[in-house]
Amino acid sequence: MNLLDPQGPVAAANSTILVDSVFIMLVIVVPTIFAILAFAFWFRASNPRARYQPDFVYSGRVEMVVWAIPALTVILLGGVAWIGSHQLDPAAPVPGTGSPVRIQAVSLDWKWLFIYPDQRIATVNTLTVPAGAELNFQLTSSSVMNVFFIPQLGSMIYTMNGMVTRLNLRADNEGKLQGLSAHFSGDGFPDMMFDVNVISPLAFPDWVATTAKTDAVLNEESYTKLMQQGVEKNRLTFRLDDPRLFDLIATQHIPPGPGPELLSDAGRPHSGGHDAR
Amino acid sequence: MLGKLDWSAIPFDQPIPLVAGAVVLVAILGVLIWVVVKGHLPYLWHEWITSVDHKRIGVMYILLASVMLLRGGSDAIMMRIQQAVAYQSQGYLPPEHYNQIFSAHGTIMIFFVAMPFVIGLMNLVVPLQLGVRDVAFPTLNSVGFWLTATGALLVNLSLVIGEFARTGWLAFPPLSGLSYSPGVGVDYYAWSLQISGVGTLVAGINLVTTVLKLRTKGMNYLRMPMFCWTTLASNLLIVAAFPILTATLAMLLLDRYLGFHFFTNEAGGNVMMFMNLIWAWGHPEVYILVLPAFGIFSEVVSTFSGKALFGYRSMVLATMAICVISFMVWLHHFFTMGAGPDVNAIFGIASMIIAIPTGVKIYNWLFTMYGGRIRFATPMLWSVGFMVTFIIGGLTGVLVAVPPADFMLHNSMFLVAHFHNVIIGGVLFGAFAGFEYWFPKAFGFRLDERWGKAAFWFTFLGFYVTFMPLYIAGMLGMTRRLQHYDVAAWRPWMIVAVFGMAVLSIGVICQIVQLVVSIRNREALRDRTGDPWDGRSLEWATSSPPPVFNFAFHPDVRGEDAYWDMKIRAQQQSLEHEEPEYHDIEMPKNSPTGFVCAFFATIMGFALIWHIWWMVILGGIGAFATFVVFAWRDHDEYVIPAAEVAAIDRVNLEERRSLVSMAGAI
Repeated sequence: MNLLDPQGPVAAANSTILVDSVFIMLVIVVPTIFAILAFAFWFRASNPRARYQPDFVYSGRVEMVVWAIPALTVILLGGVAWIGSHQLDPAAPVPGTGSPVRIQAVSLDWKWLFIYPDQRIATVNTLTVPAGAELNFQLTSSSVMNVFFIPQLGSMIYTMNGMVTRLNLRADNEGKLQGLSAHFSGDGFPDMMFDVNVISPLAFPDWVATTAKTDAVLNEESYTKLMQQGVEKNRLTFRLDDPRLFDLIATQHIPPGPGPELLSDAGRPHSGGHDAR
Repeated sequence: MLGKLDWSAIPFDQPIPLVAGAVVLVAILGVLIWVVVKGHLPYLWHEWITSVDHKRIGVMYILLASVMLLRGGSDAIMMRIQQAVAYQSQGYLPPEHYNQIFSAHGTIMIFFVAMPFVIGLMNLVVPLQLGVRDVAFPTLNSVGFWLTATGALLVNLSLVIGEFARTGWLAFPPLSGLSYSPGVGVDYYAWSLQISGVGTLVAGINLVTTVLKLRTKGMNYLRMPMFCWTTLASNLLIVAAFPILTATLAMLLLDRYLGFHFFTNEAGGNVMMFMNLIWAWGHPEVYILVLPAFGIFSEVVSTFSGKALFGYRSMVLATMAICVISFMVWLHHFFTMGAGPDVNAIFGIASMIIAIPTGVKIYNWLFTMYGGRIRFATPMLWSVGFMVTFIIGGLTGVLVAVPPADFMLHNSMFLVAHFHNVIIGGVLFGAFAGFEYWFPKAFGFRLDERWGKAAFWFTFLGFYVTFMPLYIAGMLGMTRRLQHYDVAAWRPWMIVAVFGMAVLSIGVICQIVQLVVSIRNREALRDRTGDPWDGRSLEWATSSPPPVFNFAFHPDVRGEDAYWDMKIRAQQQSLEHEEPEYHDIEMPKNSPTGFVCAFFATIMGFALIWHIWWMVILGGIGAFATFVVFAWRDHDEYVIPAAEVAAIDRVNLEERRSLVSMAGAI
């Protein structure tokens, strides 16, 4: 999950900006740290060779330089930030080969549901995508906030109930990656890690066909069951009954998932953590 | 009768909090019994609990912060151990417990360690630096302290009665809403912050008024010591920002108690609004903490370099620039929420702009050292350690202000490392520097230098060994608040961090040992001059500890570094031995208002958390009645006769003369 080992164009651009920014700043940070240590050492009271200048308390030239150095750095970095924010806007398209794959991701308590509306299938905690194609994500949440993040593919984005966020990514190399939720969402939060299988574009239709043969069907009823609090260790797959399911969730036609129930009146709820274990 | 409260609220099934709670309870009871048996109670009541002396209140704030630092630190140790062992296993802390620990750690460290520590130092020092006898509202000052203590008490009560929030230290809805957090944890969180928030707000109003309205003769704005400037900036931020926190938490509480829908998923609630509001307070909050620390470093670097602060006016400008800009950057806490590229870029650049005045400050400290004669006493070590550490924290801070970089680093361990880098390296190092620097002023004897230096080196190195691995874990994709994980690459760094935590803990132990050793050797460490560091500002012009009235005469200030000028003048004009004419001094009377008010506030807060409505009314009426009684007071001042003032001041002058004549002889 190394951020400096990007597997797609978005992550590559993000990490380039990250590394460049660090180097731009190191250019002034390293000499400054060096100067602090050097001045502190040289002007120690026990050094007879250091000249004591108690009246050196103002210098227009020094003032100009000390305001200018950070200002220039920030102007440079500000440029990087402005251009980078526009080029790497999560909602901006990421052109790829072949037709884009639409994926609708829903964060549940505490698992990820990935709906492929065009393929009419859905998976839990496993995201399978073809290499090289544009991945077109729409995201929402069944209950609390989460953040969808595949470190090696780049940009993360929040999922919120009643709202849809957008994210476009592309995976360039076949292989297995990992994704996670990057916003704390309750007791089962650490188990919201998911696998990302990047397979060849040729194998993708086969995978879709195999998955579509699953017996389990995802509809309002099975979704409502799935969104109950708990951790899902199995990598479930579904046939998608209604391709508009995501819209029903995002527009709250299916009400938000329930929280934990109170065991007694006394302040300590029945812990979802027991399910999480 | 008791609302939601019954025996099931006590976590008999969880040994860790129960044992911890029992130990604390026994310790508190032990101290109480000792105090009563030894007959110290009247002394504590008259000299401390009801005291409205800003110095005493400052000391109590710092004491509260130090105790809470140990609590927050134990939470930190438990978390680091959990993350080191919870690889492919559940570790030793179940999620419902671990989640409370990180929430409590953040809440305690910010609200009940960092805040009281800096407010305590400001209380102790600012009136002395301004050359005045007290703060603007002495009794209100006491109320502010005791309400903060109430908040701290409620947070710690949650350890054994009920539970604390399991939502993180900012309690984001909808997770913190009634549906997803039905327990009392979030209520403990919200009510303790509401009550202590009132305390912080009155402390802010008090200090702003003090700096604006109470300055001695000739103390123009541009002659004030840097610490007074940063105090002004920081408290202006408190006055402007804390009402936002209060309003936000009030809305969250309305959601939870009365079925409102400000931040719920349903009925038009808007969770993003909470994010905006809480960070509109939260970002200024970090500058509320770090600005006073900048002030402390300015005083320390200038004193120990034997030079006036370099570029004083530039520093004032930088301070006020930070004060204003810090209000315009809050959105950088959620670049990843899907705001458009224009919004992200503008807030990213605004955040970077804060780095300019901050950078200027670093360079001005650098040039204050240039041409100086630097004495490496403990406060100076903390300051140089701060400068190096804070630059690294600044670098990573500007990095996460670049939106595309933040898209990878948001909420990661990298971010955790960043804000610990600036809060430990900035605020905590500053608090320790201020503690070592002003301790002799408050108590009349210095702290042991050897143990102080040991504390610095262990804390400094421990910090790096703990938090540099977290930067790396963040670069490896690790997100924060994980109770367990299965990624092998993260584990080695978590183990290194535990060792760092051990080193850091040795630093804290050294600090405690330093205090004990110094108290035992206090006669050897005694400072009779009131000016142990060859200081430059007015707090060093009075005795240590200062008399209750601080100054027998209002000092006459004729430039920056007021006391330094006086010392120079005194040497040049030989010494006048004329006895000045002393006058009676009026000082505010002690008042139990703060303590009694906080007592009722504690009852009310506890009752609100547990829905015990009759007790809420009782506490509310009690707190209100206390105010009314105080408001209808007839006499709130007493007179110290001129003869007594003269007697106290003569001793001080005598010591000081011998000091000046010694310096003159050299």
